[in-house]
Amino acid sequence: MKPAPFDYVRAECLEEAVAALAEHGDEARILAGGQSLMPMLNMRLVRPEVLVDIGGLPDLAQIEDEGETVAIGAAVTQGGLADWPGLASALPVVAAALPHVGHFQTRNRGTVCGSICHADPSSELPLCLALLGGEVDLHSARGVRTVPADEFQQGVLTTAKEPDELAVRARLPKARQGERFAFLEFQHRHGDFAVVAVAAKRSGDAVSLAVGGVADRPEVCRWDALPGDALDDALNDLAWALGGSDDIHATARHRRQLVRHLGKQAIEATAAGGAGA
Amino acid sequence: MKRLDRSGRHPVRIVLNGMPEEGFAEPRMLLTDFLRHEVGATGTHVACEHGVCGACTVRIDGKAVRACLVLAVQADGAEIETIEGLAEADGSFGPLQQAFHENFALQCGFCTPGFLMSLSEYLEKNPDPTVEEIKVALSGNLCRCTGYHEIINASLDAARALRERRGQTG
Repeated sequence: MKPAPFDYVRAECLEEAVAALAEHGDEARILAGGQSLMPMLNMRLVRPEVLVDIGGLPDLAQIEDEGETVAIGAAVTQGGLADWPGLASALPVVAAALPHVGHFQTRNRGTVCGSICHADPSSELPLCLALLGGEVDLHSARGVRTVPADEFQQGVLTTAKEPDELAVRARLPKARQGERFAFLEFQHRHGDFAVVAVAAKRSGDAVSLAVGGVADRPEVCRWDALPGDALDDALNDLAWALGGSDDIHATARHRRQLVRHLGKQAIEATAAGGAGA
Repeated sequence: MKRLDRSGRHPVRIVLNGMPEEGFAEPRMLLTDFLRHEVGATGTHVACEHGVCGACTVRIDGKAVRACLVLAVQADGAEIETIEGLAEADGSFGPLQQAFHENFALQCGFCTPGFLMSLSEYLEKNPDPTVEEIKVALSGNLCRCTGYHEIINASLDAARALRERRGQTG
């Protein structure tokens, strides 16, 4: 299908993009890579009056190592981040997750921040943002605010971002010495949305597990210590607590089993080494 | 700030397979429709129109992308490569086309331009891929005829031919 008519605004700087959002509010949508928005436009699931294109903005296409964190600008593509030389050491879990984000042809255009703002519950990048406890910088004509991951994604395709706000960058904490990570997902075909995706982090005795594809957003569970004989019970409790439902891709029971199975594999992988700094 | 009105038809200039082309597009016109109906380059095929099947894959500034997920106005000023640019200067098959021909890697041929344009970028980044790597790289292109085995064999042959060509030229 074809999109319904809209006006097209090509912003030439951040201020122009913010001004266009201030003028049009919830009648406008931001277009960056378009790999989530364009399918919805083509199927007329969304019918904005105005598209504000930020894809070409050089000041949003930066990946900045800020010391403790990495800031990823709104125009940085998933492929661009995958090619960033510092990725494997600074953000090992993102390096492991990125090959699962769509296909290389969609990663060539799709942006990191776009995926985070689209907020699909089974997407890999929102899962990484949740596990790492990252944050999102939001700019509007009203000012600038920074929203932590746990408050940013609120549900299915729903975030804390107001219609007049632009997500300018996502900020992800870098792996610290001794931290270990693992990422795993189950999908029916490579490049499909994950049925269940998990990302694990081990820091000393403490273990965190983020789960996507089950609840209506990625959920993170943290244990101060998780000895081997407690692992199965802990994951079983988590699988039930996430409250997944049946859909065309999998039953709730299948999803619970995937949480137990992938969760165990990922957590054990962090103990065995996993991807670390 | 450049604002294009929804009902207007706005000039879009591209370089298509090395040749400058110009046409007009409403903001909502997809690059697929611009290439096919404005420029007349019908080698890029349209199937799912929501980024799933890969039939419309073209290269924009070197990157393989789905043309159905790009607006024509976004491509203004870009260099675009399509299936029409893969043949040799004398009109004979290029290495990718020759490998697909020899391996029976197409039946109806509808998906073939997308496969070739995906491989065209992929084999530059990874000139000597394994079968598993090819399967992952081509997982975003759907073929309902071949069962994929011949496509994978053709991809291996094409990679070999491109490596040999590169070896000869330098």
